[in-house]
Amino acid sequence: MEERSLEVDVKNKLEFPGQIHETPAGGFMITKLDEVINWARSNSIWPLAFGTSCCAIEMMHTVNAKYDWSRFGFEVMRATPRQADLIIVSGTIVMKMAPVLKRLYDQMPEPRYVIAMGACTISGGPFFYNTYSVVKGIDHIIPVDVYVPGCPPRPEALLHSMITLQEKIKNDAYFRKQVDKK
Amino acid sequence: MTNEELKNSITQLSSSVTYDETGEFLTAIIPSEEFLPLMKELRSKKELYFDYLFCETCVDWKDHLMMVYFLKSKIHNHTIVVKAKITDTINPQIESVYNIWRTAELNEDEVFDLFGVKFLNHPNLRRIFLEEDWVGYPLRKNYVDEHMIKL
Repeated sequence: MEERSLEVDVKNKLEFPGQIHETPAGGFMITKLDEVINWARSNSIWPLAFGTSCCAIEMMHTVNAKYDWSRFGFEVMRATPRQADLIIVSGTIVMKMAPVLKRLYDQMPEPRYVIAMGACTISGGPFFYNTYSVVKGIDHIIPVDVYVPGCPPRPEALLHSMITLQEKIKNDAYFRKQVDKK
Repeated sequence: MTNEELKNSITQLSSSVTYDETGEFLTAIIPSEEFLPLMKELRSKKELYFDYLFCETCVDWKDHLMMVYFLKSKIHNHTIVVKAKITDTINPQIESVYNIWRTAELNEDEVFDLFGVKFLNHPNLRRIFLEEDWVGYPLRKNYVDEHMIKL
């Protein structure tokens, strides 16, 4: 009886729909792994407990029982940026706060996400826009994923922005990017 | 004490005081060079006894700066506003009242931060809100910030 070869000829399997990456064990992975990873990542985003003014009060409402963002997988609020995936910048950022915010963002492990909550973080705000001390939008300091307009935004708006962020993560090709880098 | 009685006893302390009664409280205006002895008397004299400095701030009138002190006596329950006129706007300075009312320390830090008034004999004069390397004093009328939008 002829012994069947266990080795898979990966290179000749070109008819397979999708990308094929060789691995040391001889198997192969397809890009659908991204979906598994993204599904897992998007449903356990840990936000950083960071709030600078009245938007933070709305954020606290969103955390608590009435709106309860744990329903969508934002379970654990972290007090240290080293354990957080997401920073919700809720409130006016002044020039003196800007280096602190940058430092917090730099301390977060990648992949990290930013939600700019409220008019102050988007553009400097309806009240303090033309002031010597206010940063006119936090995108001057750190990159922003989702903007939530409002002064302050309703908890529903914040929840919607976080679900939007989840969709963004689900469509991300994080794993593929890592393979492409190599 | 009524406003008239206050006026009488303050005029005895210093002759260069002028008065303004249009506001809510009696206002005594005095040049900044002569104001410290008057403030000491206001605090220590038995029938005046202003033991509570509840507001201290500054106003920029372009040609001069006006330090404003709101004083209250918790015993006699009378109030007075003392305004000290600083004519030198380029290098404004005035005596600190920290040794009379301790609360003045942070108020004077704030006035120094935003108006640039230098307080003599202040224990720790520093930028309290803005960064240490901030250029200029934002609440002065001649402050220019190129980031601000001209309307």
